Amino acid sequence: MTKVNITIDGQKIAARPGSTVLEAAQEVGIDIPTLCYHPALPPEGACRVCLVEIERQRTLQPACTFPATEGMVVHTCSEKVVEARKFVLELLLSDHPLDCMTCEMNGNCELQDLAYEYGIKETRFPGEQHTYLVDDPNPFIERDYNKCILCRRCVRACSYMNGVEAIGVMHRGFQAKIGTAFDGYLEDSPCEFCGMCVAVCPTGALTPKQRKGKGREWEFKKVTTLCSYCGVGCQIDLNIKDGRIIQATSHWDGPANHGWTCVKGRFGWDYVHHPDRLTKPLIKKDGAFVEATWDEALDLVASKFREVKEKDGADAFGALSSAKCTNEENYVMQKFARAVMGTNNVDHCARL
Amino acid sequence: MTGLVTAFGSGAMTNSLDDIANDAQVYFIIGSNTTENHPVLGMRIRQAVKQRGAKLIVCDPRSIPITEFATLHIRQKPGTDIALLNGIMHVLIAEGLYDKKFVEERTEGLEELKAKVMEYPPERASEICSITPEEIIEAAHLLAKNRPGALLYAMGITQHTTGHQNVLSCANLQMLLGNMGVPGGGVNPLRGQVNVQGACDMGALVNVYPGYQKVAGPAMREKFEKAWGVPLSDKVGITLVEMLNKAEKGEIKAMYIMGENPMVSDPDVNHVEKCLKSLDFLVLQDIFLTETAALADVVLPGPSFAEKDGTFTNTERRIQFVRQAIDPPGEARQDWWISGEIARRMGYDGLAYNSPREIMDEINCLTPIYGGITWDRIGTQGLQWPCSNAEHQGTPILHVGRFSRGLGHFSAVDWLPPTEEPDEQYPFIFTTGRVLYHFHTGSMSRRSEGLDAIYPEAMVELNPEDASRLGIADGQMVKVSSRRGEVTARAEVSGKVEPGVVFMAWHFAEAAANKLTIAALDPTAKIPEYKVCAVKVEAAA
Ligand code: SF4
Ligand code: SF4
Ligand code: SF4
Ligand code: FES
Repeated sequence: MTKVNITIDGQKIAARPGSTVLEAAQEVGIDIPTLCYHPALPPEGACRVCLVEIERQRTLQPACTFPATEGMVVHTCSEKVVEARKFVLELLLSDHPLDCMTCEMNGNCELQDLAYEYGIKETRFPGEQHTYLVDDPNPFIERDYNKCILCRRCVRACSYMNGVEAIGVMHRGFQAKIGTAFDGYLEDSPCEFCGMCVAVCPTGALTPKQRKGKGREWEFKKVTTLCSYCGVGCQIDLNIKDGRIIQATSHWDGPANHGWTCVKGRFGWDYVHHPDRLTKPLIKKDGAFVEATWDEALDLVASKFREVKEKDGADAFGALSSAKCTNEENYVMQKFARAVMGTNNVDHCARL
Repeated sequence: MTGLVTAFGSGAMTNSLDDIANDAQVYFIIGSNTTENHPVLGMRIRQAVKQRGAKLIVCDPRSIPITEFATLHIRQKPGTDIALLNGIMHVLIAEGLYDKKFVEERTEGLEELKAKVMEYPPERASEICSITPEEIIEAAHLLAKNRPGALLYAMGITQHTTGHQNVLSCANLQMLLGNMGVPGGGVNPLRGQVNVQGACDMGALVNVYPGYQKVAGPAMREKFEKAWGVPLSDKVGITLVEMLNKAEKGEIKAMYIMGENPMVSDPDVNHVEKCLKSLDFLVLQDIFLTETAALADVVLPGPSFAEKDGTFTNTERRIQFVRQAIDPPGEARQDWWISGEIARRMGYDGLAYNSPREIMDEINCLTPIYGGITWDRIGTQGLQWPCSNAEHQGTPILHVGRFSRGLGHFSAVDWLPPTEEPDEQYPFIFTTGRVLYHFHTGSMSRRSEGLDAIYPEAMVELNPEDASRLGIADGQMVKVSSRRGEVTARAEVSGKVEPGVVFMAWHFAEAAANKLTIAALDPTAKIPEYKVCAVKVEAAA
């Protein structure tokens, strides 16, 4: 395939055919700010933060949708461009609550980052602000549309990832708002609570209820692991603070799921911290469990298993391994049955 | 998975999630509620339909979320899958629509298959399935016209006394269409729990060591005896359901159960309880005091997925890392450490490992299909078995150019009615399954605040016709009973099920659907018949 030769900020680039200006720039590490663009979604060109100056074009053009063509010369930080960007950001902030001190997304908000980068403290356009009620009783997703910048990433996620199209843009102009068909609760819509809309929202408009008040973004340690439920094998990032899981976020490189999750992977891990968790070995005495030390419990198990093996034979023993456990744990369990007990009576619930 | 071994020589999902999502022109989904049970794959299939116009055939007695996107939804009567598949193959053969070149070069047994499916013209097949002949013909034409096509199935195919035959029938169809060994094709059993594939691969099965190496016969036994330093039994073991039966008879004395909850997951749980109570000694290793753990003599606290390092093998045979994010609570210990300690106290040191990595090293040495899947190579993308050595890049698609057994084998398969059919006393067909918001026995999902809040209780799905005849209103409590037990739960009156059929999800211990199900076993695969039994329904007092 022949490359497309373009120049961005004086740098000559051989771009892949079919790339947008944004993609061409990203490939060589030139940073163009974006808000409605998300690498896992089709571009929409809604926010106009990515405007760039393209020679021989009358007006500034959005880099995220504008195709790179042979011989094109692009400027991404000319005075005109910077002014336009500031204008777009100021407009957005003129209708934004600016309560970063208590916002869950403080430290991980793309709007905040751009306001910081462009030094926007006040807006030149004071005007009417929305005051939406933050009211959706579903157990998973907090929806605060006062912080919404109408980038429509959530709408695209719901359409191009999940597919149920539970949410869309309602009304136009200042009245425009993201909502379900009758602007009701998510539970009354086709929403499946996959949380992909939360994963892609650049601001604090959509956040997991689970993390509310549990920590600031920079306190979390991210550990990439797998969802514990079904066999798809989705990779997720567990966000940890003080030995507790605060939230699960998308890991966009996972080979089976490419960042997508369902409700169980994104929101269903909290059983890990349930008070019912077993924390001590238990031995049943006179019909009731009493706590025991590991030595007591393990010695008892070892002596009973030995007794059965010697008295009734190896085949009087059966082991049940687990489809919830790791390969290593399963290997150990079957080896235990075969090498220690001497029987092939080892099974698991694969058939179930 | 015995059916796939017979047909192809290997029992796992043949293709990968990526090629299925990106390359299939038609999906044939039978016995899989994909968007609820394998949601992210369900999402990807929805996108294939929406964005690139792939065709979707769903064969399911119930109306399930994915049927909304289907090009064709066939609502065959529960337990009639073979008749349906034979009917479709009848059309393909009679109209000469099958892939003659593929069949000639890569398969054997066509004549036998032909003779059998000729007994299932669409008129007869459709009668057995309670559908129209046109639906069968349309399915055949969609499959013949759109290639490649991926066939997906789950428990809806395997959980029947004829499960083994059902799987053979799926294999027959895909070979006939030439959809094997190509991206976007394949016979794809979707594995339910996170590491079912791995548990099988690791030899948590009665007849094979890790990597499907047979326990019967001297070759493999000697290899493992040498590696593990002890004499081993060459007698094939007994499966869970058989263990339970023998426990009842006093022939199994002790059981060691790790992370499973047969008191909710197994058929006929009243019987399971009786069996487990007959044991002299029961050890449970788990993260919660499950319904099964409550019956144990000793309970050992293990780690949750977030508290351990190791690997899971997903449904597409991909080995990926699980990473420890937090410490286990209290004195809970690693499962491999616990089993190793019991072994040590019984005088065996061969399970004294220091880390999961050490265990994987041993797996690599003894398991050819995992030979090259070493700790250092798994990385962020994982590797798909078979992967025999450190240079091998893994195998995204099985049976490319050649089946594991050489030629693909067609088997003539006959439809047989389910073990228990409705009668006057128990007039409804009862089937079970899962819902999006819960998982398996509910031991995890029922303890997730959000999941339990959004779907708090078991529902009994009833058709409006039946409901009005029985005087049952939507939301009313009903009693469902079979010859084995009864449960009470709330009725959901909707067109999701056809008249004469009742559906329940089985995640709910307090209304355990498996009190009703039947423990009749598929004689080859030993899978219980969860999907079909007979029940009656009445308003709860
Ligand atoms: S949670 Fe998923 S289904 Fe629900 S609105 Fe968001 S993207 Fe759509
Ligand atoms: S809710 Fe978030 S993702 Fe959706 S339009 Fe508003 S800011 Fe964008
Ligand atoms: S996130 Fe959902 S689809 Fe993915 S592995 Fe978990 S349960 Fe399965
Ligand atoms: S990022 Fe280009 S218009 Fe929003």
